[in-house]
Amino acid sequence: MAAGSFRFPRIDFSPELKALQQEVRDFLASERASGGYTPVADGWAFGVDLEFSRKLGQRGWLGMTWPKKYGGHERSSMERYVVTEELLAAGAPVSAHWVADRQSGPMLLKNGTEQQKQEILPRIAAGECFFAIGMSEPDSGSDLASLRTTATKVDGGWKINGRKIWSSGAHFCHYMIATVRTGGTRDEKNRHEGLSQFLIDLKGPGIQIRGIKNMAGDEHFNETVFDDAFVSDDCLLGKEGEGWHQVTSELGLERSGPERFLSSAITLTEAMRRIGDNPDSREAETIGKNVARLKAMRRMSLGVSALLQGGESPVVEAALVKDLGTKFESTLLNDVRQLIPTEAIGQSTDDYARTLSEGLLRVPSSTIRGGTNEVLRGIVARQLGLR
Amino acid sequence: MSSDENLIVDAAARIFGDLVSPSLINDAEAGIWPSELWAMLEESGLTLAWGNETLGGAGIEVIDGFSLLREAGRHSVPVPLAETMLASWLLGHAGVQYPAGPMTVAPTKINSNISLGPDGILSGTVRDIPFARVTEHIAVLADSEAGKVIALVKTSDCALREKKSIAGEPSDEVSFDGVKPVNVEPAPYGLDEQALFAMGAATRAVQIAGGLQKILDQSVQYSVERSQFGRPIAKFQAIQHGLAQLAGEAAAAGAAADAVAEAIAASGGLGVEARAEVAAAKTRIGEAATVGTAIAHQTHGAMGFTYEHSLHHATRRIWAWRDEFGNESYWAMELGRMIAAEGADNLWPFIAGKE
Repeated sequence: MAAGSFRFPRIDFSPELKALQQEVRDFLASERASGGYTPVADGWAFGVDLEFSRKLGQRGWLGMTWPKKYGGHERSSMERYVVTEELLAAGAPVSAHWVADRQSGPMLLKNGTEQQKQEILPRIAAGECFFAIGMSEPDSGSDLASLRTTATKVDGGWKINGRKIWSSGAHFCHYMIATVRTGGTRDEKNRHEGLSQFLIDLKGPGIQIRGIKNMAGDEHFNETVFDDAFVSDDCLLGKEGEGWHQVTSELGLERSGPERFLSSAITLTEAMRRIGDNPDSREAETIGKNVARLKAMRRMSLGVSALLQGGESPVVEAALVKDLGTKFESTLLNDVRQLIPTEAIGQSTDDYARTLSEGLLRVPSSTIRGGTNEVLRGIVARQLGLR
Repeated sequence: MSSDENLIVDAAARIFGDLVSPSLINDAEAGIWPSELWAMLEESGLTLAWGNETLGGAGIEVIDGFSLLREAGRHSVPVPLAETMLASWLLGHAGVQYPAGPMTVAPTKINSNISLGPDGILSGTVRDIPFARVTEHIAVLADSEAGKVIALVKTSDCALREKKSIAGEPSDEVSFDGVKPVNVEPAPYGLDEQALFAMGAATRAVQIAGGLQKILDQSVQYSVERSQFGRPIAKFQAIQHGLAQLAGEAAAAGAAADAVAEAIAASGGLGVEARAEVAAAKTRIGEAATVGTAIAHQTHGAMGFTYEHSLHHATRRIWAWRDEFGNESYWAMELGRMIAAEGADNLWPFIAGKE
C-alpha cells in the first residue's frame, strides 16, 4: 500500500436517513426555543443535563444499535451517527449518557453476562444509567499499560485496590468499567499481559470518589479510590488477562466519532448569528475557511464509520481523524474569537460569548482525551512504516 | 467511483509510470515537448476523457476524469492533459467538434473581457493561459452581443507573450485581437466565466490532492533511507510526527477532492451547489498544500532544495495550482458569503445536507 492511500469511503444518505436527520433537527429547534436546553461548547464532555438525556432516551436515540430485547432499537450505526452529529452541532448537553451510550453499553453487549445486559442496558437506553471510564491513573496517562490498580482473587469475587483518575462524571455515574492488573507486572516486557476489565458499581463498598475541579471551573473530573473494593465474579468483563486487547478496541470506538471535530462547532453558528447575512471580506474568509475544514473532516469521519460498519478496524484512519479533528476544534475557536474583535468574552452572556468562553477554557482537553495527538501521530507513523 | 475508474486510472498510471521520469519533466521545463508521452495519452483517448463521444471525445464519466487528473497530479505530468480535458468540457457544452492535439482554455480569470464582434472577430488579451504555446487550439469563452459564446481558436492565429508559472510550466499571455475563430457556438445558459473558473478550480484542487500523495510517499521513503546521527531520520519522533501530519493533510485533501468530483459528476458542474463544493475543496486543499509542502521540504532538508532532487516537481506544481483559478482566500470568501446569505441556522444543514 502506498503511504498516502488511507481510505475514507463515501456514504450516501438514504431518504430515511435524511428524514431522521430532520426529525432530530426539529426536536432540537423546538427544545432550544422552549428553553429545554441552552447550547453549550463541548457538550458531549461537559454538558450534563440528566433531564435532557432522559428525553433522548424516550425518543429512542440512546442505545440505538442494540438489540430490542435489551432496550435497544436495532437501528444502524449510520442512524446513530446522524443523531449524534446533530446533537453535537447544536451544542446539546449530552455528556451524562455519552460514555455509556458510546462505549460502555457496546462493551457490555459483547462481554457482559446475560443478567448484566438485561439489568443495565435498558436503563442506559432510557437515559437513566450512566458510566465513567476507568483507564487513566495518577501515574498512567498516555502510558496506559503502566497502570497499578490491582484486582486480587478472593472467594466469590475480586478485591480492587488503587486509584483511577479523571473518570469524568463518576460522582453521578452508576458504574465504571475499569481496566486493572490481575497478573503480570509493569515491566517493559510483559506489561500488556495480565490486564483485565471489571464492571464496578460505584455505590459499592470500599469506593471513594473525590472531585477534581478543572481550569474551566467544571466539577467534572474525579479521583476514584478503591480500598479493598469487592466485586463479584460476574463483574469480570471478557477474559481475565485480555484487558489490553479489549481496552484498545474500546478506544477505537472512542476515537472515530463526530465528537472529535464538532466540540466547538456551535461557536461558529453563534458568531454567524451576530455577523448577519452580509459579512465583510475578512468575516467571509474566516467563515468559509472553517466550513471547508468542517466539510472535509466530516467526510473523513463518515468514511471511518463506513469502514467500521463494514466490519473493518480502521485504527489508523480513526487516529488521523482525531488528530486533525481535535486540532481543528482549537483552531476554530481561535478564528471565531477574532471574528468579533471587540468582544470581551466572559463579560457578555449571549450565546456567542458564552459558548466561546466555555470552548476556549475547555479546548485544551480536546487534544489530550482519548489518546493525545502525540500518541495518535505515533500510530500513524507506524502505519507509514517509520517505526 | 464508477466501475471503469480502475481501468482508466490503471491505464494512465502505466503510461505515466513508464514515461514521466524526472529527466522528462526537467526537459519539458527546458522547452522540450514530450511528444511520445502526448501521443500515448492521445491514442488512449485520455486527453479527451471529458469529451462527448458524439463530438469525437472519449465519453469517460466525469468522476473518472477527476481520478485521472489526480493520478496525473501525482506524477507531475508535464503536458496539458488537464487543460485539454477542460477545453473539451467547455467545447462539449456548445457542441463544438474536438480537434486533435493539445488544447487549453481562456480565460482563466474572472472579468477578462474577451469579446466577439458582430464581424465574427475576437478581441481581448488575457494573462496566465496555461501551456498556451505548446497547444494547437484554445477553447475560448467570450462575450458577444447575443450573449456568451464558446469559440475554438487556432493558437497559431493568436499573439503570445511567453511567461512561466512558478512550476516552470508555460503560462502565457494571449492576445485574441483580430482572430477569427475556427468555430463559434452559443454557450448554454449557466456556462459563464464563473462556471469555467469553478471547473478550473476543481481541476486544480484534484491535481493538488494527487501531488500531496506523491510528496508524502517521497518524504516517507527519503526519511527511511537518509541516516543522520547513526540512524535513519525516520526513527526520530520529530520526523515521525511531521510525516503523520503530512499524511493527515494528504488524506483531508483526498477526501475534499472526492467530494468535489462527486458533486460535479452529479450536477454537471454548473449551479450553486457545485460551486459551493468547489469553493470548499479549493479552500481546504489549498490549506493542505501549504502545510503539506512545508513538511515535505523540511523532511528532505537541503537535498530537497536542489534542482537535482525531484521533490520540487510536485511541490512547485502544487504551489502554482494552489493559486490558479482562485486561491484558498478567494474561495473561502466566496464560500463564506454564500453560507452567510443563508443565515446562521443553515450553516449546519449546508455541511451535513438536508432533506
